[in-house]
Amino acid sequence: MEKSISIQSLEDYKIGSVESLRLLRETIFADQQTTGKLVSVCCGSGCMSSGSEHVRDAFVRKIKDHELEDEITVKKTGCHGFCERGPIVVAGPEKIFYQHVTKEDVPEIISETLIENRVVERLLYEDPVTGQKCFHENDIPFYQKQRRIVLKNCGIIDPTSIEDYIKVDGFRALAKIISQMTPEGVIEEIKLSGLRGRGGAGFPAGIKWETARNAPGEEKYIICNGDEGDPGAFMDRSVMEGDPYSVLEGMMIAGYAVGASQGIIYVRAEYPLAVHHLSTAIARATDMRLLGHNIMGTGFNFEIKIVKGAGAFVCGEETALIASIEGKSGRPKPKPPFPAIQGLWGKPTIINNVETLANVSRIALNGGKWYSEIGTPTDKGTKIFSLVGKVRNVGLVEVEMGTTLREIIFDIGGGIPKGKRFKAVQTGGPSGGCIPEELLDLPVGYESLAKAGSIIGSGGMLVMDEDTCIVNIARYFLDFAQNESCGQCTPCRLGTKQMFKILQDITRGRGKPGDIEILLELSDAVKQASICGLGMTVPNPVISTIQYFRKEYEEHIHERRCQALVCRSLIFYRIKDYRCKACLKCLQACPVDAIIGAKWQVHEIDQSKCIKCGTCMEVCPKRFNAVECVTGLTEVLRDQSE
Amino acid sequence: MDIERLNKILAVFEGERGGLISILQRVQEEFGYLPEAALSLIADFLKLPPSQVFSVATFYDHFYLTRRGDHLVSVCQGTACHVLGARDILETAENCLGIKTGQTSSDYKYSLERVACLGSCALAPVVLVDDEVHSKMTVRKVKKILTEDLDDTETRT
Repeated sequence: MEKSISIQSLEDYKIGSVESLRLLRETIFADQQTTGKLVSVCCGSGCMSSGSEHVRDAFVRKIKDHELEDEITVKKTGCHGFCERGPIVVAGPEKIFYQHVTKEDVPEIISETLIENRVVERLLYEDPVTGQKCFHENDIPFYQKQRRIVLKNCGIIDPTSIEDYIKVDGFRALAKIISQMTPEGVIEEIKLSGLRGRGGAGFPAGIKWETARNAPGEEKYIICNGDEGDPGAFMDRSVMEGDPYSVLEGMMIAGYAVGASQGIIYVRAEYPLAVHHLSTAIARATDMRLLGHNIMGTGFNFEIKIVKGAGAFVCGEETALIASIEGKSGRPKPKPPFPAIQGLWGKPTIINNVETLANVSRIALNGGKWYSEIGTPTDKGTKIFSLVGKVRNVGLVEVEMGTTLREIIFDIGGGIPKGKRFKAVQTGGPSGGCIPEELLDLPVGYESLAKAGSIIGSGGMLVMDEDTCIVNIARYFLDFAQNESCGQCTPCRLGTKQMFKILQDITRGRGKPGDIEILLELSDAVKQASICGLGMTVPNPVISTIQYFRKEYEEHIHERRCQALVCRSLIFYRIKDYRCKACLKCLQACPVDAIIGAKWQVHEIDQSKCIKCGTCMEVCPKRFNAVECVTGLTEVLRDQSE
Repeated sequence: MDIERLNKILAVFEGERGGLISILQRVQEEFGYLPEAALSLIADFLKLPPSQVFSVATFYDHFYLTRRGDHLVSVCQGTACHVLGARDILETAENCLGIKTGQTSSDYKYSLERVACLGSCALAPVVLVDDEVHSKMTVRKVKKILTEDLDDTETRT
């Protein structure tokens, strides 16, 4: 039996047994202990958009210039989740966390941190509340209340390096399972863990697997659903980009449990980096014989291919996704038969979401019992949320189930910026609902959010402040829904269109008494009479906003008032003549020449020309503060009488 | 349309099950859009009725049946972008390029599109010009990108 591997031969090393995987891991460990200092540059999509590739190139160049290649290694990692602070760099043995790094900062990080072991203070994150500088990721409040199980490797490993993944216990779960456990045992373990689907519906993963296992037939499929279509959710993207091997391992474990030898990853075409990293991962794993025929000498076969989506939200729905892989239009089918019995090409098929599958290797390695102790008695494990909108710390957060909305938004998210007031949080995207301030202490979980009229969904969490118009948000989601309805069920196709039209009328000042009632009636019809999850849930944003913010709808309809000053047809700008100093600033800035006046002549806005862009208010000097934005019928009448 | 180029693509998919969408994706990559003649030939190749090929090509947002501009400007209309003013950004883009959303300029330089979500929500509002992501957009920044910067790329190339 082989005893050691030389690190040079890693490139073409093949893993033929469970033992050789262990040997490889030990070799990688030993090698990385001896190599010098490390600087990791986040190359997730977020940081890349902020220029992290230039930062990485600068590190590589400067290190070469100084002939330090033997002492300092530059590594690119996946997403840290704190995308707003990108590009993010973690440097040196102390793992100092630098944010907003530019290529100009690179020489200083090399000379100070990597050579002298000193900290570059100006690049540290500063806690806006205490003003304290944070040296490490874990010192930052954004990370402190998180529990990273799915995201544990994201931002730590190089997502394109299989060695890096193996080093952090990669494929150990798979090795344990295929060499020691029966498929039934694996399913029992997943059932024990209490893992539920993270894609939205929350179906227990173990039961789904068991159904497919027991379904007759030799040919079965595992599909990873990476068609993350919910606007405002990007956790699956980060996992696929930052830790692709975890997704592969999860699929392989599912394949072993169910008795499938083929896997397909269905990825949104909008995520090119995810496609690239997954393809690299599949190629490397196949090279090393971790994928393919007779894996680790156990007789287990599994292969994975990637299918790119073509831009249809409805393909996130299981049966539509299957139709899309079969080369058809993505139109959902009535269930039953469920895909676990009759799926792709009519064969038993498991469709699990990316986050669900990334959980699997963690559960398989640490046991179902370990996982079931995380979270609450009813909701196990963690959930990743993409915290976006009017919140200070925007990014991906992974928390234990049962964490309250308040903890997520205020402790992790840092609250609402610019001293504004919190208004509501929208969870679950187009299928979810709006949760008002009085329910902020609600713990997140499948049932608790459902009771409040929303859902966890795929984990989008949109924070809204007092400047966000609730009716406008409902209109936004219905616009999305009517665009994405596949058109098959009439109530969904036409119902969402009508609902959108009514909402648009309301936001445009053409709301009528009775509109709210019609909206609710239509919501009910669309929910009741559509065959798929899209139609059954897209009225939720309307229903929940009416439930909690009916007053705001009524103000729009009866008083032509938009409190948040968002709906342009309901607001107008005017110049307070007693404050105007006739300085010409707004007059010159107005893009449509709607301002009348001259030097020494107080300015006035010609409402017939005004496009309500707000430029005049923006440019009016703060000390004059002469432009105001008003809304409501009474204001219009007052203006006209003047 | 160059039939040789099309046949080369089709040859790769010989015998593959359910390849229609992948074929359409490859053909569009090659030609920039899906020419009508190509759709009929794809139907012949897959032994499918042309109506089915046409149905799939029009069902998915990513397929285009008309020629597109050299530069694609996509304005994200995801939730995060929406609450931070994506509507104004899209309107500004329409004004700058002189075309409506979904249209291509008459000189085939630009196409303007709205996308549902690019997954870069932490950097909202986001505009994608070809492959480059522009983050934390404002009306002023988008004006600059679409008037000055695009002209620069034009003169450079």
